[in-house]
Amino acid sequence: MTDRQSKGIDKYSLIIPTYNERLNIALIVYLVFKHLKDVDFEVIVVDDGSPDGTQDVVKQLQDVYGEDRILLRARPRKMGLGTAYAHGLKHASGDFVVIMDADLSHHPKYLPSFIKRQHETGASIVTGTRYVKGGGVHGWNLMRKLTSRGANVLAQTFLWPGVSDLTGSFRLYRKSVLEDLINSCVSKGYVFQMEMIVRASRKGFHIEEVPITFVDRVFGSSKLGGSEIVEYLKGLIYLLLTT
Amino acid sequence: MKHIIKILSLLMAVFAVWVGLLQISVVPRDQSWLLPVYLTISLGCYGLFMVGIGLMQFPTCPHEAVLLQQDITEAKEFLKQRGVDVGPD
Repeated sequence: MTDRQSKGIDKYSLIIPTYNERLNIALIVYLVFKHLKDVDFEVIVVDDGSPDGTQDVVKQLQDVYGEDRILLRARPRKMGLGTAYAHGLKHASGDFVVIMDADLSHHPKYLPSFIKRQHETGASIVTGTRYVKGGGVHGWNLMRKLTSRGANVLAQTFLWPGVSDLTGSFRLYRKSVLEDLINSCVSKGYVFQMEMIVRASRKGFHIEEVPITFVDRVFGSSKLGGSEIVEYLKGLIYLLLTT
Repeated sequence: MKHIIKILSLLMAVFAVWVGLLQISVVPRDQSWLLPVYLTISLGCYGLFMVGIGLMQFPTCPHEAVLLQQDITEAKEFLKQRGVDVGPD
């Protein structure tokens, strides 16, 4: 046991995968440091060879906050989200791991509530949910809300997942639990997030939810067309049959 | 136990109830095929109802967008002073 662990002080590793998030990564690092003032943590930026110079900004951030607090663990090119988490995990020295998006849809101000809930309940996973009172989404039009709600009802009816927000990716995991789940999951994209939480539920891990608000600034550029819906349904059937 | 087994067991239980109802002839024989149809339609209606309710109650947070803009301004000021490139204003 390290000195720190024998004193009972938990360390948190925040894994943030990035691709072309030159401005957002700076903003999010500032907000993380603002909201986690008395917490022992490190930020692990897993950048997939961004052509916009994201890594240069990360190096500037290291000058401001310290190389021990901000770790840059880059990869040569886009290699997928699941492997990004696995890669970040290899370099994580915390007892707990938080995964979050770099685009500010996951606001660091909720990090203390994740930590608090975990302390209060001893949970292995604390997941942010957008769909309960106290949570919410901004920036979605009616169609987007409809597909989100429809997808949620389908998933609840057939999978009984035990959480209200299946596709959310703002989560805190006990490090050992994340390692276990990453090794068990094979899907890609947001179905990967679903698979993680459903498998966690099946394995009996203690999962808690905290409300979060989600401000989608990029929705205009991302499409939610027919192929996304097909991918979702395929993922749902896969999870129905294999979990 | 795999989840699919749970679902199939549930379906089996429902099927057994249906067969039981047939045996005690509560429902006339020539209409007995309607029960599974009714069940499926009810399930579909329930699903649509839940989607509608959820849509009406969908939690939104327009004020969060405003707060986020404030956070972004604050962050840019701080970082600019310390030599981090936060782009043109």
